Amino acid sequence: MPVITLSIDDELVSGRADESLLQVIREHGITLPTLCHMEGLSERGGCRLCIVEVEGAARPLPACTTPAREGMVVRTDTERLRRYRRMIVELMLAERNHYCAVCVSIGNCELQRVAAALGVDHVRYEYLSPRLSMDLSHDRFGIDHNRCILCTRCVRVCDEVEGVHTWDISGRGVRSRIIADLNHPWGTSDSCTSCGKCVQVCPTGALFTKGVVVGEMVKDPGMLLRVLEGREKKEWAG
Amino acid sequence: MNRKRGGKVRLATVWLGGCSGCHMSFLDLDERLIELAGQAELVFSPFIDTKEFPAGVDVALVEGAVNNRANLAMAETIRARSRSVVSLGDCAVTGNVTSMRNILPVAATLAPFGGTGEAPFRFDYAAVPELLPRALPLHQVIAVDGFVPGCPPDPDRIWTAIGCLLRGEPVQLPEEMRSFG
Ligand code: SF4
Ligand code: SF4
Ligand code: SF4
Ligand code: FES
Repeated sequence: MPVITLSIDDELVSGRADESLLQVIREHGITLPTLCHMEGLSERGGCRLCIVEVEGAARPLPACTTPAREGMVVRTDTERLRRYRRMIVELMLAERNHYCAVCVSIGNCELQRVAAALGVDHVRYEYLSPRLSMDLSHDRFGIDHNRCILCTRCVRVCDEVEGVHTWDISGRGVRSRIIADLNHPWGTSDSCTSCGKCVQVCPTGALFTKGVVVGEMVKDPGMLLRVLEGREKKEWAG
Repeated sequence: MNRKRGGKVRLATVWLGGCSGCHMSFLDLDERLIELAGQAELVFSPFIDTKEFPAGVDVALVEGAVNNRANLAMAETIRARSRSVVSLGDCAVTGNVTSMRNILPVAATLAPFGGTGEAPFRFDYAAVPELLPRALPLHQVIAVDGFVPGCPPDPDRIWTAIGCLLRGEPVQLPEEMRSFG
């Protein structure tokens, strides 16, 4: 793959022509907040936290879905970007019911971590307080829609890695919901193999293992890459 | 900070729609309370027997969401009489546990306690302040100058915030002290 050169925060850096901006930026030790991105899954560009300014582009672009190109001039940490990222996280917190104090993932939540890193100490928007359900019909796992940020990591991991595509999204905008099969209780799903991959990649307390109480839902961030690497090396073949 | 009475900061702590956990965490400052007493005078608090929120308060730490008419009136009084108002704990900052009723209309929240029910579920709602339609974070009701998240906030967070306030600076907590819950 040809090598390209671009400028990131006033520094000339090199990358490969098939890389995304996010990859090049991270390879050069710059931290960009992300929530929908997950190493090993396809990119969705949905959360908009990884936005950067690219010279010549009228508005900020998500680094995870923007290909790195020769000669690009990129800024990752401007006042405007910081302001927007903060707004995004506040809107996420306002859209559903994130009662952190009573969450199975408290202390282990990526949304919470990102919020703290971006300086969110309160939410300036009105909370929507939607009336949302939980689905506890699965033997081992549960989904709590109050905590879902619609990152679709669960949808992608189930489709792309487990290969069964149990999850999908129904509705549009604020009415969007994660659904199992054609909107059936998760526990009645014929496609779900109960592998638990979706639970592991969920950044919040939305997907959890049953029987864990407040603060106990620790996720294993390396799980996905271990699975993919093991497959590549045919560790479990035969 | 314009300090009155022998250079001491006039400090108030208030308990609105919360569980008092934030105040327990405040007491958990332990020996630091003695240091605080040297620099601040507690002029209003659930810990002391003052009935009315006084005038000329320098710093008010407020626990709990704004949940009913009495909380609302108190919030407005606090704002009018205090130089600096700080939301103490998640209920004041986000609504938190207190606001878990917001997905229901008030009538549905109160229905189990209706007039004809059997004791102990019978409740006289004429004698207690009327609930607001939604429990609200303090800053949605009055202007707030600082935020100390946590349920309850760890004593170290409270102490860090108090340090800022005693120096007359805005409350600025480091990243690890900024999480909710
Ligand atoms: S447990 Fe596995 S198969 Fe079932 S929905 Fe989650 S990822 Fe898909
Ligand atoms: S359930 Fe979890 S992984 Fe799935 S979209 Fe919601 S937050 Fe993302
Ligand atoms: S923030 Fe937590 S500890 Fe403080 S009043 Fe609310 S529920 Fe109680
Ligand atoms: S990580 Fe790039 S948009 Fe979510």
